[in-house]
Amino acid sequence: MATTVTPEAVEKVVFDALPQFGADPSEISREATFEDLDVDSLDLAELSQIIEDEFGVQLKGDDVGKIKTVGDAVELVVSRAG
Amino acid sequence: MKPDVVVTGIGAVTPLGIGARTLHERWTAGASGIEDGEGACSEFDPSEFLSVKEVRRADRFTQFALVSSDEALAEAGWDGELPYDPTRIGSIIGTGIGGIGTLTHNHQVLLEQGPGKVSPLSIPLMMGNAGAGAVSMRHKLLGPSFATLSACAAGSHAIGESAKLIQSGAADAVVTGGSEAGLVPLARAAFSALDALSVSGISRPFDVRRDGFVMGEGAAVLVLENGDKARERGANILAYLRGYGATSDAYHLTAPDKEGAGAAQAMRVALADAELSPADVVYVNAHGTSTPLNDRAETKAIKAALGDAAKDIPVSSTKSAIGHLLGAAGAVEAVATILALRDRIAPPTLGHEQPEEGLDLDYVPGKARPLDIDGKPAVGLSNAFGFGGHNAVLCLEAA
Repeated sequence: MATTVTPEAVEKVVFDALPQFGADPSEISREATFEDLDVDSLDLAELSQIIEDEFGVQLKGDDVGKIKTVGDAVELVVSRAG
Repeated sequence: MKPDVVVTGIGAVTPLGIGARTLHERWTAGASGIEDGEGACSEFDPSEFLSVKEVRRADRFTQFALVSSDEALAEAGWDGELPYDPTRIGSIIGTGIGGIGTLTHNHQVLLEQGPGKVSPLSIPLMMGNAGAGAVSMRHKLLGPSFATLSACAAGSHAIGESAKLIQSGAADAVVTGGSEAGLVPLARAAFSALDALSVSGISRPFDVRRDGFVMGEGAAVLVLENGDKARERGANILAYLRGYGATSDAYHLTAPDKEGAGAAQAMRVALADAELSPADVVYVNAHGTSTPLNDRAETKAIKAALGDAAKDIPVSSTKSAIGHLLGAAGAVEAVATILALRDRIAPPTLGHEQPEEGLDLDYVPGKARPLDIDGKPAVGLSNAFGFGGHNAVLCLEAA
């Protein structure tokens, strides 16, 4: 069963996933941009897979292209689940 | 006159440890990097050299290439700033198979968990050109970059073609070599099915008891430069790449031509390219795989190419100490050849104890020996032959 989508749950999964792409854990926040965290399109493709795994929410390429900050990603997942 | 091509930096990751000198010193001392029938780079920890992101973005074969390239560039004095216009510096890294570990892992994921779980990094990590691309990105090299793919001759082809690029005027320098990380169950099973792998797990080239090659992994990278430009910038020159010969057997997909005709011709072409004769050769670093077929055909080839001189030239196989590094072998052995020539020493063919009739060259059995060359230039050949009938020979001279 997929985990229930709440902003808190999504935030936790995203925050936990980012360091494996090389992001500095101390710099991860909702306001941080993926660019600042050195998280690029290939990392976001992997992050999309992790999110789909956890929440059953599929993110399409177009969606991922628009998001700039960690908070954008969390909100996108929550809105798709709704 | 074509420009000369010089080697200004070398680096390696091999089963004998990290570093080109480590390989040379340990092999010369008679150490073996083969354990339990394989030459694994067990001391290699990529996180010591690469960031979390770099490790994640690179198959093991690419990691070996990156770490080797750092060592080579540092020795060339390039670690602060590139000495030439970056658009005139290339990156050519050969491999036999590429990221087979990434391939087999993701195939298993596909079968067990379904297509949705296959990593988006699968293709960019497994592609055979990933090493060349990663080296160019790491050092911001903007000239030609690609992989050579010629099985166990790939590293030598990479180096030889890089030299041609410099001689043609298309590049001022090329970071080049070969890399392989194929110690995975599929490769073991496939080479075993071909009867190519040693059942005994012992690499003893040219010995009558040899029963196949021992698989190894690793990489080597060399910095090649246009000689005039290197001298102009005051570079420390390690060696000269005097000649390169590449031919094909056009005989069989896996077996060498029994008489070694294509291999012999590659040696002749390399010597002609160097404008040297067999009497100038003081050492041959053999392909010497420890397979019954290769070692017999290569012995014939050396005799055919070098004639009367052959019987007096020390011939040894690096694979006796580290196993067969496939697409990395030619590059690793070129590095080993350069350091052997520099130190005027013939490293040993380890494990060679019982000769075979007709295999009667001086294989430097068991123990290294000084090269007694009376002040002659230290010129050697490094042989590499690949499945598909690819032959590539480098003629090197220590500075």
